[in-house]
Amino acid sequence: MLTISLILLPLLASLILFLLKDKKGFHILALVASLAELVLGIVALFGFDKGAARNFPFDAMWIKSMGISFSFGMSGLSLLLVLLTVFLVPMIILTTFHRDNKYSSAFYGLILLMQSALVGVFTSSDGFLFYIFWEMALIPIYFICGLWGGENKIKITLKFFIYTMLGSLFMLTALIWLYIKTPAPHTFNIDTMVMVKLPLGEQFWVFLAFFLGFAIKIPVFPFHSWQPDTYTVAPAAGSMLLAGIMLKMGLYGILRFLIPSCSFTVIQFAPVVMIMAITGLLYGSVIAIKQKEIKRLIAYSSFAHVGLMTAALFALNVDALQGTIYQMISHGFNVVALFFIADIIQRRTNTLQINELGGIAKVAPRFAVFFMIVMLGSVALPLTNGFIGEFLMLVGMVQYSFYVAAIAGISIILGAVYMFWLYQRSMYGETKPVTAAFADLTSTEMWVAVPLIIIIIAMGVYPKPILEIAKPTVESILFSLKPLKEAIIPVL
Amino acid sequence: MNTLAALVPILPLLSFLVIGLNFRRLPKPVTSILACGSVLVSFIFSVVLFFHIKGGNPTVNVTLFEWIPAAATSLGFSFVVDPLSSLMLLIVTGVGFLIHVYSIGYMHDDEGFNRFFSYMNLFVFSMLVLVLGSNYLMMFIGWEGVGLCSYLLIGFWFKNQAYNNAAKKAFIMNRIGDLGFLLGMFILYVQFGSLDYQTVFAKASLLESGNLILTIATMLLFVGAIGKSAQIPLFTWLPDAMAGPTPVSALIHAATMVTAGVYMVARSHALYILAPATMMVIAVIGITTALFAATIAIFQNDIKKVLAYSTVSQLGYMFVGLGMGAFTGAMFHLTTHAFFKALLFLAAGSVIHAMGGEQDIRKMGGLKKALPITWLVFLAGTIAISGIPPFSGFFSKDEILLHAYEQNKVIWVLGILGSLMTAFYMFRLFYLTFAGMFRGTDKQKQHLHESPKSMTIPLIILAVLAVAGGLLNIPAVFGGSSSLNTFLSPIFGSGVEPVGEVSYGTEILLMSIAVIGSLAMIGFAWFRFVKTATIPVTDGIKRPALSNLLYHKYYIDEIYQFLIEKPVLWLSDIMHLFDVYVIDKTVNFVGNATVWLGKQSGFLQTGNIGFYLIAMVLSIVAFLVFGLMI
Repeated sequence: MLTISLILLPLLASLILFLLKDKKGFHILALVASLAELVLGIVALFGFDKGAARNFPFDAMWIKSMGISFSFGMSGLSLLLVLLTVFLVPMIILTTFHRDNKYSSAFYGLILLMQSALVGVFTSSDGFLFYIFWEMALIPIYFICGLWGGENKIKITLKFFIYTMLGSLFMLTALIWLYIKTPAPHTFNIDTMVMVKLPLGEQFWVFLAFFLGFAIKIPVFPFHSWQPDTYTVAPAAGSMLLAGIMLKMGLYGILRFLIPSCSFTVIQFAPVVMIMAITGLLYGSVIAIKQKEIKRLIAYSSFAHVGLMTAALFALNVDALQGTIYQMISHGFNVVALFFIADIIQRRTNTLQINELGGIAKVAPRFAVFFMIVMLGSVALPLTNGFIGEFLMLVGMVQYSFYVAAIAGISIILGAVYMFWLYQRSMYGETKPVTAAFADLTSTEMWVAVPLIIIIIAMGVYPKPILEIAKPTVESILFSLKPLKEAIIPVL
Repeated sequence: MNTLAALVPILPLLSFLVIGLNFRRLPKPVTSILACGSVLVSFIFSVVLFFHIKGGNPTVNVTLFEWIPAAATSLGFSFVVDPLSSLMLLIVTGVGFLIHVYSIGYMHDDEGFNRFFSYMNLFVFSMLVLVLGSNYLMMFIGWEGVGLCSYLLIGFWFKNQAYNNAAKKAFIMNRIGDLGFLLGMFILYVQFGSLDYQTVFAKASLLESGNLILTIATMLLFVGAIGKSAQIPLFTWLPDAMAGPTPVSALIHAATMVTAGVYMVARSHALYILAPATMMVIAVIGITTALFAATIAIFQNDIKKVLAYSTVSQLGYMFVGLGMGAFTGAMFHLTTHAFFKALLFLAAGSVIHAMGGEQDIRKMGGLKKALPITWLVFLAGTIAISGIPPFSGFFSKDEILLHAYEQNKVIWVLGILGSLMTAFYMFRLFYLTFAGMFRGTDKQKQHLHESPKSMTIPLIILAVLAVAGGLLNIPAVFGGSSSLNTFLSPIFGSGVEPVGEVSYGTEILLMSIAVIGSLAMIGFAWFRFVKTATIPVTDGIKRPALSNLLYHKYYIDEIYQFLIEKPVLWLSDIMHLFDVYVIDKTVNFVGNATVWLGKQSGFLQTGNIGFYLIAMVLSIVAFLVFGLMI
């Protein structure tokens, strides 16, 4: 029941918001709904049993003839991603609480609709449901970006929509293929679907279809060209939803579907994927160095980060997977914090051009501290959340191949280069005309900034609880791979 | 003892939090008491711990909590106090405390007073974690933590973008080293399934000397040390780091942080003695850096830059010691260097303070009269670093050189050469600053004053240490008992450092060569800068080629800029263009092609039912034919 409530609560709230038509206080309603959802998430955390394979299960037959059911449940990974979602959405809503807010109630309705879909994606135990939620998540973000975005919003949003839609169709093909291979009567039950033993030849095509679907969503090099534009043009809340939560859908998909169902091909083609992902990692990092606009810089940096995560997934060992999952959570918070910072700067100065900024640290010390801590999390300084993930991912990759880890490690240096440069040019030096009267964080903004700071540091100092929640999922994914790993020779 | 050991780093952390969270409210006296008091209490605890260990008690191990449960092992947030770390504790908290007290006076009028002390406390915390950690990951926390504090403090006056550039450069160069450290750590993790010192060393001791994996791991760890301890090729950040307030240069860029690399190698002694190839590399890089930096120091005119290059050079000596197997010698030099270099920097700060911010020694001179205490302590530091007995630097440098003589005569000769240069550039600095006539402006002349007590008292204490620090480890040839050797022997083992193969006669002879040479260089410096009162040429006047090369630090910065910075920026542009014009355009092309295809096939939709019928019939026929064919 808990899972269902987690999906229904934001869904209902969004419907109310759509009907409200800008009655007074609608944004408060949205906030309250998201906070109630947060409470539900915390209840789930405390009621979670690490030993159980499927927590809070809910199963009801839906379309019997096709083996489709309303079935939900949470693994440790699902729980963590749900928690990420329920923590982030109230913050994202709070970031829109400012004087020049021009968002209507529909905007908040869309955010909550998206939350409902995201929770659905992370908790579905049925492949058909999974697909429905997967696509359902795309619609609100399309409108959020298309209606409230910046310059060229229609063109860019449409491209994003079509591109990811294309990926989804590939994924749907793979899902259907697995479905027809399940023992009769066929079922969309995910656990059954991924247990299907596909012949090698077929596995390759299923692998390819899944991979394209997820790779576009994440995005993995070279399927990323929708991303910098979309992140830049989207309203801050949209960029936060996209980078903070939505791209984790792709990584989740790899863990939930791709690795278990195509384990042969995954091991075979792991080197290829790693090369793509690490290319993206270094490519994104290098490009980020010379970006002139903050949001675009964040976009390329985020692209680089997910490159590392994808590469680590394919190292297929406990440390690497644990690290990736940890980083999925950390990155969610950090990238939201970065877009929040960009939004604050944009609202205060009407510009995101880095060279027009400067000297903000002098006039807004609290903001400077916040930005500093977020930056440190983002460059993975020890005792911040970013370090735990990067350390485990790299340690895992070393076990796969020392050279791969060494090359990926270069991003640690590049990350420091672009982030410190961004910080230096925007925060230090003498104030410029647009930054001379830069107001420090308001009390509303502090309500977002302080929790983020606490999360960044707490997750860096005491990562054990999260890692322990993730561990059973990781072990069960890797368990089936174990016998294969020695038997299969990678293509490269 | 466990609580005490845990409190040593935690106190400065708490103080950092209190000051950091209230940096706009706290009055300066409260901040001063908090910041200095926390470090003082840590120092007192460190002393207690030191005597606890010295009394022959077992090492103190504290695990605060389990940090990262990795697959092969659980990495604890744990500390260890043994002879090596307790020695470092004394240096960090002791020298750290004196520098904190000095800073109260030095930073008194700075509007960022509270911010300064919060960073300083954070630094002390990080440095203590670095030396106290009982596994490599803990060391890495401190390792990167001190790097961050260094960044924050170099760029402390952040309105000046040149300072910020220096800060960023320091951080990034350190990060390059840190990557090496990380990779080395990963190899240890994969190889030994642990990062705990004890486990790693125990397992490593089963391997043969020259083991390839161990060699690679130790090399990579040493890359970390190169970055942190400013050795060739990653040394250029340290001179730039002088942009920070002078107490920072004394604490971070002379006494403690930059010695972290030396500490790390000494700590990993069990690994390094099994990797002779790495040891040789360390010695070669050390001696090269020592000479290279010394030659540059001779031609610098900024009081802090001379000291900075001198630090780089002295760190080189410590690495020579490590590479030659003189682990105690290196730690000994680290200790005495912490005394006399902190002293020199703080005294330089006192000079700069009196000169109203002037750092160019060409504009100083004759400061002895106005700054008698500073003059005296600076002289003590200068003699100590020049290796004149019985000052501390003599003993520690001698121990390193003696080992070099035993192991490799070439390195010994080069070492002596470097120590002659040291004596020369240090006395050049000393004479130009304090001897002769005052060369500054009249306004500066009227402003000249001795520093307040909060600054001079730490100076005097440090001067005493710089003079007497050699007592820690008086060699047997002087009837000493090598007490530091004995103290550290549980870590380094007593048999590792074969002192005694050289006869006392030879030992005395070697010392005499170094001392007489240094005295001669001091005489030469006196002749040049006091007797004939030569002043280095002003900028803009053409210099002879060699001195021009040295004055411009061998153009290393320019070379790096040309070889690394420019290409990376250029690559960034190229890749961005590729992203926009190739990858994105390809995607758009595919999209547009689909639209185009759709439009092109639109002519089929004529709306003419007759046409549709014909098309249908033809299609059916085609299908049938196709079906018949297969």
